[in-house]
Amino acid sequence: MKLSVQINEGPYQHQATDTAYHFTKAALENGHEVMRVFFYHDGVLNGTRLTTPPQDDRHIVNRWVELAEKYNLDLVLCVAAAQRRGLVDDGEAERNKKNATNIQEPFRISGLGQLIEAAIQSDRLVVFGD
Amino acid sequence: MSDIKKFMYLNRRAPYGTIYAWESLEVVLIGAAFDQEVSLMFADDGVYQLVKGCDTSESDMKNFMPTYRTLGDYGVRYMYVDQASLEARGLTADDLIEVAWEDWETEEEVDNIVEVVDSAKVTELMAESDVVFSF
Repeated sequence: MKLSVQINEGPYQHQATDTAYHFTKAALENGHEVMRVFFYHDGVLNGTRLTTPPQDDRHIVNRWVELAEKYNLDLVLCVAAAQRRGLVDDGEAERNKKNATNIQEPFRISGLGQLIEAAIQSDRLVVFGD
Repeated sequence: MSDIKKFMYLNRRAPYGTIYAWESLEVVLIGAAFDQEVSLMFADDGVYQLVKGCDTSESDMKNFMPTYRTLGDYGVRYMYVDQASLEARGLTADDLIEVAWEDWETEEEVDNIVEVVDSAKVTELMAESDVVFSF
């Protein structure tokens, strides 16, 4: 089955991102296709490389990176949500004249159209949130 | 894409207090460009999003309530309100805004696409949707 995932909550604060990760990983391991993981609301905070959890805790950001590298997973942060919450890549830094970036590759910042497109093209959109 | 899907945006939060309602509206506005069959469902505290007379002037919050009235122009064909959620909050259909809709090609017009529905209908509408965006 072709799936897409939407995540509406930030890491550590809320379980949604953990559940979404385990769901996505299980789906991929069982041969399903995951077209896209779309991060919305505080979910965009999953994509900052400045995240530094205690060493004995799970590293949520790195966990997404490893999954993305293994399965060529498309990780997309909503641009409007990202701008509000200070998530910046090179393009956004240039456009909005910011002197730093914090996005973790291979996360990318793009528009809400990517969510709509994923919903149209996937068999199921699975939403994780509060 | 030739296939048209039934999209439902499920709004469960009060308009202010959290950003869910506003960022949900942003998806609806952007999504209009994709020409799907779009409905909105308001349940739980989400019913407050459609209550008339909202005034945010002393809270330093942008009043985005007028945006709901324009949704008919953004491809939204149906706006459903869960009756049980309304009643639990002491509200009736008279407390809600009206949203007009018009098909520019066929000139079909509907004065008000806001409709209060019972729980069985809510279930039915969700079941027949291809995609439910939950906010």
